[in-house]
Amino acid sequence: MANSKLDSKIPGGPIETMWEDYKFKMKLVNPANKKKHSVIVVGTGLAGASAAASLGEMGYKVKAFCVHESPRRAHSVAAQGGINAAKNYQNDGDSVHRLFYDTIKGGDFRAREANVHRLAEVSTSIIDTCVAQGVPFAREYGGTLSNRSFGGAQVSRTFYARGQTGQQLLIGAYSAMMRQVDIGQVDLYTRREMLDVVVVDGKARGITVRNLLTGEIESHEADVVVLATGGYSNVFYLSTNAMACAVTAAWKAHKKGSFFANPCYTQIHPTCIPVHGENQSKLTLMSESLRNDGRVWVPKNKNETRAAKDIPESERDYYLERIYPSFGNLAPRDVSSRQAKFRCDEGFGVQGQNAVYLDFGDAIKRYGEDKIAERYGNLFQMYDKITGENPYKMPMKIYPAPHYTMGGLWVDYNLMSTIPGLFVAGEANFSDHGANRLGASALMQGLADGYFVLPYTIGDYIANNKLDKVSTDKTEFKDSKNAVETEISKLMNIKGARTVESFHKELGRVMWDKCGMSRTEAGLKDAIKTIGKIKEEFWQNVRIPGDAADMNNELEKAGRVADYIELGELMCRDALERQESCGGHFREEYQENGEAKRDDEKFCHVAAWEWNGANKPQTRNTEELKFENVKLATRSYK
Amino acid sequence: MSEKNINITLKVWRQKNQRESGSFKEYVAKNVSTDASFLEMLDAVNEELISKGDDPIAFDHDCREGICGSCGFMINGNAHGPLKSTTVCQLHMRNFKDGDFLTLEPWRAAAFPLIKDLTVDRSALDRIIRSGGYISVNTGNAPDGNAIMIPKTAADEAFNAATCIGCGACVASCKNASAALFTSAKISHLGLLPQGEVEKEKRALSMVGQMDKEGFGACTSTGSCSASCPKDISLTNIARMNRDYMKASFSKKPETHSGDGA
Repeated sequence: MANSKLDSKIPGGPIETMWEDYKFKMKLVNPANKKKHSVIVVGTGLAGASAAASLGEMGYKVKAFCVHESPRRAHSVAAQGGINAAKNYQNDGDSVHRLFYDTIKGGDFRAREANVHRLAEVSTSIIDTCVAQGVPFAREYGGTLSNRSFGGAQVSRTFYARGQTGQQLLIGAYSAMMRQVDIGQVDLYTRREMLDVVVVDGKARGITVRNLLTGEIESHEADVVVLATGGYSNVFYLSTNAMACAVTAAWKAHKKGSFFANPCYTQIHPTCIPVHGENQSKLTLMSESLRNDGRVWVPKNKNETRAAKDIPESERDYYLERIYPSFGNLAPRDVSSRQAKFRCDEGFGVQGQNAVYLDFGDAIKRYGEDKIAERYGNLFQMYDKITGENPYKMPMKIYPAPHYTMGGLWVDYNLMSTIPGLFVAGEANFSDHGANRLGASALMQGLADGYFVLPYTIGDYIANNKLDKVSTDKTEFKDSKNAVETEISKLMNIKGARTVESFHKELGRVMWDKCGMSRTEAGLKDAIKTIGKIKEEFWQNVRIPGDAADMNNELEKAGRVADYIELGELMCRDALERQESCGGHFREEYQENGEAKRDDEKFCHVAAWEWNGANKPQTRNTEELKFENVKLATRSYK
Repeated sequence: MSEKNINITLKVWRQKNQRESGSFKEYVAKNVSTDASFLEMLDAVNEELISKGDDPIAFDHDCREGICGSCGFMINGNAHGPLKSTTVCQLHMRNFKDGDFLTLEPWRAAAFPLIKDLTVDRSALDRIIRSGGYISVNTGNAPDGNAIMIPKTAADEAFNAATCIGCGACVASCKNASAALFTSAKISHLGLLPQGEVEKEKRALSMVGQMDKEGFGACTSTGSCSASCPKDISLTNIARMNRDYMKASFSKKPETHSGDGA
């Protein structure tokens, strides 16, 4: 049943014109008044930097915060493959409707239609804006923009800048923001970690941050707060996310009243370099774009010991091409990952390891080594550096790894959370990808939110609400600061015996085993118990050296791991309650021939969890999902 | 992967902060897997230090994929270590031998004040970008992406310059601590594209001006910057920057720069 606490504020009307009509209906803030209003933006990845730049250009006073020493280091930088847009430059049948349809289907019918349609609509403007900013996209000899294909789509709509599209797009957004810094529209606060949202009279009016250089706890006020703080894949300890990626900002907002939606929707990316050892700190992605030319296979014989080159063609199982003939190696991520896991679980993994081959032999024969190097050179080089093996000579070994989280803070159509005045953008919100994100759609969503959605919806919020000036002398700011300081001294005073890292690893193992690529009722119940024990021991036995009033990496990590422990528990509860399989959420009890089996009768909804205070379980609220433009159907890539 | 374990001795610069003086300390990294990355080896050293109640070695790092530009320090006098075109996070221990003795020092440059141990403040690079490392276009007023045709060769050359990750290795390996390679990479990236050509001269004047103001040294074309660059940014960019700067200095007065740049 839908719950009255969640109003998605979908404007209604035909989906094709909904966003345009709504933009006209929204109230505007006149140019002279914009300078009287301020916006805090937390996070400077694609969503945050694009929002800060655009809001600054419009005349709002912006304060941008990041944990890094420079905003350009945000993890969007690591996105390799590309960004989708419904330009149909290839004349291959793409359209806004097709991108909308592919994204809804790719998300296994668990995303909100209205949000996804808007995303597909603005996708084309993103490319134009980025080109104008000087993003050096790949080009054809005639001077036009080049495209490639990505998983879950049968058209070529992915724009790219070799294997570093994320970096180039981020530099575009970062430069645009730095231009606003230079003219004084954006104030930049680096090496700050957000540790609380300050709520005054029911509205988000500021944040409490720790200065990571001095340890000082600072209060900052504004009319509106935007969180663009990324995803939570690091709950698994080993993931493709950067070391500083944390759920902390989103989690603190959750504790202040933002509902957390679909935490169990996590994306395990099929093509990553397999785990090599106990001391490994992170996993490295090999872009999905490689599946344009690479073929995925395992030996047909169990316990095969021969090297790849000695295994004849007839003894190879190109399982994606076999099972999904119409999409082949470009089957979507959730499906491809699951099939890799099945093969390895059955004993077909490369040399008994958790690994499958990604083979460029055919492509090199067809196009030559030079052409392949031009397309994927930097990825091949990276693979070689990490593994010491040359992928031009022997196939890559790959295995799925945690990469992206579709779940996040619940937001309405305006991207506002359940705390009025607190907006959430990019990976940090839950809105557009349902239960599985398609490749090259994260960059699109981050920039859509920041460049083309928030600048409108924030204006409407400001125009509709009376926002009296608040000062950081107010009790709410002081209380928040005190609470943050108390929590920090609590952590510092534990003075236990175990390192933060050891707790994070322990949590990660539980999450990967029990709440990873496949989940069971018994496993999840077991995980919830184990996480409870980890939490108890953490708060009694963690060791943080040094001083809180100084730069202290271990203290930063400890705060993040404490939040991951609580999130981990919620993820397991969410996965347990969702008694169906959909997209990346695969419950072994609910399957049909190895494919996810949805239960649209009972679970065609968003689950949004409400915080009830420490040591009390969160309440599960639901938002019903209606499919009026794409027919609810069993997803098939066969 | 042919894994084995090796022992390494590290001599690391330890300095609590700018107020206190620092010194080298020696540590032994035991049983390091040759499949581990250099930073994973340091993680293990740090885990041991924490267990003993000591302060772990501070170093900047984040993506560990060689793209965010956070990491970087000197290993035996080489920025990012001995391997060409490789950030220190992508440097793996298979490149070292059992019994190796390695000296780790932070980037050294007046414009990069030390923060702690191997961590320095590189915000000067952000200030160079904010002084003009952009194209002045607001969100929403762009023509269709294909309305601006760009020859593939120009796009590729701009891309090569744009791959700079802003790590600061060029500054650290330059005897003059010059930021010419960093600054010129941005000037080239934007100036080579028709979109960026409009502001080419103004950009060169203000970015070079800011670079000097930050206290970076002058370029004497020794090329150690490019040799140590993990992204192989070419020296040609510096020539291009000098040309743009000279042309701009002779052809017109600089427009007043709106910010104070500091």
